[in-house]
This record gives sequence, C-alpha cells and structure tokens, in this order.
Amino acid sequence: MTDSTLTGTAPRQPLALRFPAILIFMACLALFTVGVTILSEGFGIGVISTSFVKTLGKTLCLCLVALAMDLVWGYCGILSLGHMAFFGLGGYAIGMWLMYERTRLIVVESMSAQALPPTPEQISDGIASQIFGVVGASEFPPIWAVAHSLPLQLAAVVLVPGLLALVFGWFAFRSRVTGVYLSILTQAMTLALALYLFQNDSGLRGNNGLSGLQNLPGLGNVPQSVVSVWFLWASALALALGFWLATWVVSGKFGSVLRGIRDDEARVRFLGYPVEAYKLFVFTLSAVIAGIAGALYYPQAGIINPAELAPIASIYLAVWVAIGGRGRLYGAVIGAAFVSLLSTWFTGGQAPDIVLGSWRIQWVDWWTVLLGVSFVAVTLFAPKGIGGLFDLLADCLTPNRHGADLGPDQGALREQEADK
Amino acid sequence: MSQLLEVSGVSVSFDGFKALNNLSFSIANKELRAVIGPNGAGKTTFMDVVTGKTKPDEGRVLWGEPPISLLGKSESTIAMAGVGRKFQRPTVFEDQTVFENLMMALRKPRSPFAVLFFKPSAEDRDRVADLAGTIGLAQALQRKSGELSHGQKQWLEIGMLLAQEPQLLLVDEPAAGMTTAEREKTTDLLREAARTRAVVVVEHDMEFVRRLGCKVTVLHEGSVLAEGSIDHVTKNENVIEVYLGR
Repeated sequence: MTDSTLTGTAPRQPLALRFPAILIFMACLALFTVGVTILSEGFGIGVISTSFVKTLGKTLCLCLVALAMDLVWGYCGILSLGHMAFFGLGGYAIGMWLMYERTRLIVVESMSAQALPPTPEQISDGIASQIFGVVGASEFPPIWAVAHSLPLQLAAVVLVPGLLALVFGWFAFRSRVTGVYLSILTQAMTLALALYLFQNDSGLRGNNGLSGLQNLPGLGNVPQSVVSVWFLWASALALALGFWLATWVVSGKFGSVLRGIRDDEARVRFLGYPVEAYKLFVFTLSAVIAGIAGALYYPQAGIINPAELAPIASIYLAVWVAIGGRGRLYGAVIGAAFVSLLSTWFTGGQAPDIVLGSWRIQWVDWWTVLLGVSFVAVTLFAPKGIGGLFDLLADCLTPNRHGADLGPDQGALREQEADK
Repeated sequence: MSQLLEVSGVSVSFDGFKALNNLSFSIANKELRAVIGPNGAGKTTFMDVVTGKTKPDEGRVLWGEPPISLLGKSESTIAMAGVGRKFQRPTVFEDQTVFENLMMALRKPRSPFAVLFFKPSAEDRDRVADLAGTIGLAQALQRKSGELSHGQKQWLEIGMLLAQEPQLLLVDEPAAGMTTAEREKTTDLLREAARTRAVVVVEHDMEFVRRLGCKVTVLHEGSVLAEGSIDHVTKNENVIEVYLGR
C-alpha cells in the first residue's frame, strides 16, 4: 500500500496497465494465432490439417461465448442456462445470407444458359425452391426479407440476440425472478426456441437447418485451407476485442456494482442502484457477444440446425465456465478451450480405451460421465476452477498477508531478515 | 421544525398477523430519534415500508418538503431521494476493498451508462479518504472488507451511508455484538451524523439509547405506545408493563 493510493493523488493508468491480464492474454492469443498460421496448410508448412484449424477456430468462438457467460454468471450472478440460444441465433443470422447468396450465384449461373435472360422473379423463385424444396415449400418466408443483404444480416447477428435478451430480461428481471427459477426460465427459452425451429414452417428449414455455410459466396476458388485460417484470424480478433471489452466492463465502479449485485442484491438496491437495469444491460451485452461468437462459429462448422439450441448446449457452457473458474475472465476462456478440446479428443475416438477385465471403457460413450464427475469434483473441491491454480502460483511468489503488517512496525523488517 | 418523514395510518399484515397496525409518527429535519420496542413490535417492518421493500396495506408515507409519497416507488428511487438504511448484521461487500465499497456508495449518478463511463476524480478519492478517516479505516482502504473485524464492518457500513449523503438515516441495531469501546465510537458517529441529517436508530438496548440522549418512540404490536425523552418513556406505566410485565 503506497501513500498515493491513500491520498488519492495517483494518476489513473490505462486499462491494460491496471489489468496486466489483458497484455498476457493478448500475447498468448497472438502467439497462438501466428503459430497456427505457420503450421497451417493454407499459409504455412502444413503440419496442421485444415479440419483441425477449423476446430481451433471454433474453439476460439466457444471461448468468446464462455466469456459472455462469465460476464452474466461469474460477475453478475445470473446463472443463465440459455446463452447458446443467442449463439445459435447469431449463427442462423449469418447462415441465412451465406446460404441465400451462394444459392443465388448457382441459380444465376444455371439460368445463364437460357436463351432469354431470367427475370428477377425467376431468379428469386429459383433460389427459394432450391433452399426450401427440402421442407416442401417454394416461397421465401417473411423472415428472409433481408437475406440478400450482407450488412443487414450482419446487423441481425447483433440485433436479434440483443433484442431477444432485452425483452426476455426485461420481463424476468422486472418480476424479480432470481436464482434457480431464472435458470429454469432461460432453459425454457432455449428449449422453446429449439422446438420452434424444428418445425418445417418456422421458415428456417426445420430440422435440416442451414448447410453449406463453409463456402463463402463469390470466393468459390479460394480453397478451404485458406478460408479456415481467415476465420481463425477473425475469431482470434473477436476474442481479443471481447476480452478487452469485458475487462473494461468489469473494471472500475461498474464491475464493483456487478459483483455487489452477485453478492447481495438487496444491499445494492438500498445504495440507490437500479439493479434491474444493470442486470438487463449485462444480460443483453452478453447475448450480443454470444451472437457474434455464433456468427463466427457456424461458417467454420458448415452447418447449423435447431439441435444446436438444445438446453444441453447451454448447460455445457456453464460447465466450461465452472471448470475454468468463474468470476475471472481468463478462467472462462481457459475452461472453454480446455474442456471443448478435450471433448473433441475423447469423442473423436482418439483416446485409448481402458480395459478393466471384462469391462471396456470406451471414451466416446464415457466422456460425458467423466465430464460430469469432474464438474461435481470442481464444484466441491476447487470452486475456483482451473483459474484458481494461478492464485496458488501467485501466493507462492508473494504470500497473501491479508493486509497485515510485516512485523511490529514497518521498520522491523522481520520477514526480509528471516529470508536471509 | 418542518417534517422530513411523515408516516400516517400505516398497516401491514403478513398472513393475518398485523406487523404494523395504524402506525403514525413523524421525523423532523436533522432529528436524532430512537425507536425501541420488544421483538415483533414492528420496528424492522417500519423500516421496510419506508425504504420500499414492503408495500403497506393502507396508510401514507410522505417525504420531504413539498411532501411526496414514497409508496409505490422502488427501493433504488427511495434511496436516491435521500433515505439511507443500515441493516442489523453488517452488510458490506466482503469481496471488495474498503475503497471500492465507499466509492460505490458515493453520491453520484447511478444509471448503468453513467457508472460504466465513471472515472473517479481527485475530489472523489479525497472524499473517500476523508470518510475512511471519519470511520477510522484510513489505513485499511486497500484491504478486502471481508477481512475487517465485526465492529469495523459496522463502521464501514455507516461510512457507506454517509457517502450516500442521505437526509434520513435508518439504522437497525447498530450496537449489536460490539464491545464497550466500539459502542462509544458508534454513538459518536451517529450523533455526528445527526448534526447534518435526520437519524432514526432502532435499538433493543436501553443503555445505548440513553447514551444517544434523544427523543424516543416506543413501538408495541405495530403502533406507537409512548413517545418522549428516555426518562419520560421509562416512567410510562404501559412501557414498563410491556418491557417488564411478561
């Protein structure tokens, strides 16, 4: 504790200096991105396959949505079990444009052989029957009204999840629904949305979902090995910006109020803060971040269908954040990256089976059991999650003395002498 | 003296139990008032009604000059209108430092966007340092408030209330669980606070109330039983019966 912090004359430093975690995080992310680029097939020596580059890019998007989850849960105490709905909506919003535009190019090319140039109506009908033939329709539903416009669909990536969160949150928070009831409500929201999208007349191709999203319209001659690296860069950039934004939001007085709401909501109210407005702000902001993450994820996955919005997906998200360590942003990122990559490894059949006599543990089936057990173990024995390891490390370097003085007085220097 | 808070004819019942029964009394500007009464007399419910936590079944709660009704307003609106409340058990944000606790309480715009772009100025920091000095925590600004002793937490909470700059302070059993020296300091803090604003202290402990040396309101079964100086009310036969008769 220095005198300047007491007298209040300390100049305010830039965010990155007050929170060195930002610099460390950015450095790690940059190193990772450059490393993958060098090892990729598209831009480097080709050690990493294109499909694995996509897996890594998708993992970055999952880290971003985990960051959003940590904002609402770890800092504001709202255990939302519906955040993957916002993620999915972001994916659908961008998927609509990708599918429309690519189909349009195909239709125009196939019609160019005709003697008479096709009218706009013919083209439109052609696209519609191509896209919706699979659900027995041949006309564009109203929600596809702006699918031809990339800027408008990009706006939808942000606006659709944001508005849904705003309306849902307004009703839920205004009625003072908290705790487990709010979690159930968010589960119901994502389930209802998934069930609605499963219907053929929902206008988004029912359980077929949107597909072929990995092909960027007009860039058909660019190989996927290159596109995958572009998306890796975009995902890394989005994660970096998201991390910076989240750090800024939870730093300073706003973060103070958020953590206050998490720990004692009523007290914050009596301090004069409109708690509902804060919750709504954070909930909406995190939904927007989740939507952006989804819009970057699904072009790498190539396909989106309503199963992506199933309640279990949002529960997995909460598990990642819990294992990584909630209430610290890098914890959420580490948790999402660690658990989702491990999950890819286990469910991909690469993990060796364990033979116990006549029993044979095949990880493809047993991975969810292992995940469940580790979630319970983390909750019981290490509530700080993986992020808690950093505390242990920091405590080894400089023991936390809980503000106690070094000795009888500052001049005594007992601890330093003892070190010698 | 003009009235700051006027409670008239307020009744609250929970499942048929009348917690407040036609309660009426008023607090003047810059008045120090003690509210005493046995358990279940309705002291905490009275605070809940004034701060907007509980909606009364009937009655009026008027505030300020010209008077406005506090009924139907949210807790945060009432807090910003100038009513500060201290709870019985110390409720500070234990995960945050003394500095953060005080900075959060400092009277500043409270909307999310104003807070998001808030940067503490040198005056704000000085104000926090002053407050910390007043409550005897100047050396503990950067400590987590969860590490403070019970008495220090109580003072920190009083400091947070002072930072809010309310016109009326509602204090629930400030001396509970304190040592004698801590009680004396608490009394001083409250008397000091009452010089610039109204303070209502809810207390069980007659000795503590006597030390405050102010007008006393005795509540019993949800309404006012007696009002006056501590010597006056302790001679009142009804009060003696309520306190000693059972």
